[in-house]
Amino acid sequence: MTIWLVLLFGGLITFGMRFSLIYLFGRLHIPETLRKALHYVPPAVLSAIIFPDLFTPSGELYLSLDNHRLLAGLVAVLAAWVTRNTLVTILVGMLAFFLLKFFGS
Amino acid sequence: MSERSKYFWAGVRAELPLLIGVFPFGMIYGALALDAGLSNAAAQMMSSMVFAGSAQFITTQLVTESAPGFVIVLTIAVVNLRHMLYSASLAPYLASLSTRWKTLLSYLLTDEAYAPGIVHYESEGVKPYSHWFLFGAGLALWMIWQVSTALGIFLGAAIPESWSLDFALPLTFIAMVVPVLKNRPAIAAALSAGCVAIAAYSLPYKLGLILAALVGILIGTLLEGKQSPKGGML
Repeated sequence: MTIWLVLLFGGLITFGMRFSLIYLFGRLHIPETLRKALHYVPPAVLSAIIFPDLFTPSGELYLSLDNHRLLAGLVAVLAAWVTRNTLVTILVGMLAFFLLKFFGS
Repeated sequence: MSERSKYFWAGVRAELPLLIGVFPFGMIYGALALDAGLSNAAAQMMSSMVFAGSAQFITTQLVTESAPGFVIVLTIAVVNLRHMLYSASLAPYLASLSTRWKTLLSYLLTDEAYAPGIVHYESEGVKPYSHWFLFGAGLALWMIWQVSTALGIFLGAAIPESWSLDFALPLTFIAMVVPVLKNRPAIAAALSAGCVAIAAYSLPYKLGLILAALVGILIGTLLEGKQSPKGGML
């Protein structure tokens, strides 16, 4: 049940943002600072999700060569940086993760 | 061919190269949503109700972590804030359309429809049937997103758990974040948000995520005020 409410409200908010300024054109001015701030939403939100997933896989900070998620994640960062390709990044990261899992300590 | 369909198909054609990238992405989403414990129906309906790739992946991740509903909705709102930029940017070109058209085109306004749409408007200006171009691009994307989600749900059920498919989620986010790290303020926003997220990980309701995002956005914006960044983010 909750998931359907999440989808409903998530969908309405998303639509609302897409519709907002198209509908209010000429009637609303976005401050320059807000316009600037919007540029930093993607790097901030995505990193806020990625970092704990790699560094604290089970709730505690886990800085070790045995942290396969962290190592494979770093390989993926490199792959993303070189190729700029989503699929290649996912494939390289998954491959690194499997290799670490099977051959790592 | 009528003027209308000429613009429509031009929009579809402009969208085609993007669809090649979107299709596997939709399949991965479908498979992961199922893996996270969403029902087939919820996984599929998210693709039409929310219809925003990154927000859908993040929702999937938060469902895996059993975050409460209001945190998920709040996160979707923060993640999709950028759509207000697209809305602002397209608004002058759509000003003369009926509310019905504005509603339809807003629903279809994703990153992938915005990109060819704004390029078209900026190079061609507004013609009587220009909005059919945006409609063509948006509708093509919508169809492919629904079909690829369905295929992902269908195939995802066959993937064994030992494959750790869930790790594809952070990898997807890495693939999304690296290309936007174009200047120092963006890198600082990413690093500060990441560190705060680790430090605040134990906060209840996954509120650490929201806090971290706000700190990152604040730091990026403050740093940009001090220097002019090279290269835009969009």
